[in-house]
Amino acid sequence: MTVRKNQAALTADEKRRFVDALLELKRSGRYDAFVTTHNAFIMGDTDDGDRVGHRSPSFLPWHRRFLLEFEAALKSVDATVTLPYWDWTADRTPRSSLWAPDFLGGTGRARDGQVTDGPFARSGNRWPITVRVDGRDFLRRDLGAGGRQLPTRAEVDSVLALETYDTAPWNSASDGFRNHLEGWRGVNLHNRVHVWVGGQMATGVSPNDPVFWLHHAFVDKLWADWQARHPGSPYLPAAGTRNVVDLHDTMRPWNDVTPADMLDHTPHYTFDTAA
Amino acid sequence: MSSITRRRALGVAAGAAGAVAVLAQAGPAATAAPRAAATDPASFDEVYQGRRIQGGPAHGGGHHRGHHGGGYAVTVDGRELHVMRNADGTWISVIHHYEPVATPRELARAAVRELRGAPLVPLALG
Repeated sequence: MTVRKNQAALTADEKRRFVDALLELKRSGRYDAFVTTHNAFIMGDTDDGDRVGHRSPSFLPWHRRFLLEFEAALKSVDATVTLPYWDWTADRTPRSSLWAPDFLGGTGRARDGQVTDGPFARSGNRWPITVRVDGRDFLRRDLGAGGRQLPTRAEVDSVLALETYDTAPWNSASDGFRNHLEGWRGVNLHNRVHVWVGGQMATGVSPNDPVFWLHHAFVDKLWADWQARHPGSPYLPAAGTRNVVDLHDTMRPWNDVTPADMLDHTPHYTFDTAA
Repeated sequence: MSSITRRRALGVAAGAAGAVAVLAQAGPAATAAPRAAATDPASFDEVYQGRRIQGGPAHGGGHHRGHHGGGYAVTVDGRELHVMRNADGTWISVIHHYEPVATPRELARAAVRELRGAPLVPLALG
């Protein structure tokens, strides 16, 4: 059974196995295919057109399916590995063990933003940035630049309190839980974390930074937490919505999975704490 | 897969030079985009921190899905910066995809600061 754990609770051996599996996916070329897919959707999803991965109700089930596929790839390298999650309301500074050299490495240096320690530093030559939007081929970060702050637990709780999953016009202008969690409106949770990390995480090719998966595993957990708080609140919209993935519509790029298929995470994994 | 094919992505890159030519002709009064013309932001053309940034109505009118700025294109040193307009009128780019700003000019300036001299490159999809 797959159990997704808080990254702060991982043992040294679990961290090492997770990192080694990431490096092997990178070496084999499988990793970059995930970066490419994500960027294609982030550029293609628009508020007034077809939208699947972002700025739409299917943001949550799309990323749940995307993470499941990535986790399966990790398991094909090392069957003991699962995706950890980063609770950024708790581990909210660059001094968190998340950013230590034995795990993801730290922030970038001032001159060019280059990450210089940890397994993904350029010096190790194991993490070339090949799917990129500019000429730089090294991992960059700027953790908490400009005094930016990660969301607080109280801010998360204010979003989890919203009863309605999503609302028309089903995009970045929507009210409701999904858009407040995604961050286009309100206190801004998910989007703000991308910006706080900086570097590639702030761009369309954000999965270039391995923290992408830990961030989205926590966003995914917040969806499960929200469902537990609002068992009577369904995924919306239900049917017949132009440009939007309704409950029983299939999602690109897989075309064999619907939001309805993704509502219950427990057939696939559980969390180390009750959702 | 997404509707953005490799061929289309390369087409976006190849079209950047053409976009510049059109932008050069677009005066401040140009509001030629067929959609939402009344609210289109002004064209701009300036050197910012040593790099030429330009923005204005894109030519062609939706012949590919690379533009989602409502027919508005932005370039840095002649290379296209993929931009998108949000429903509330704010803007994001492929370099600042999670942090909306008010205008395409702000977006271009933010991209220049973030690039720290690096060139934009055509997206290598697939």
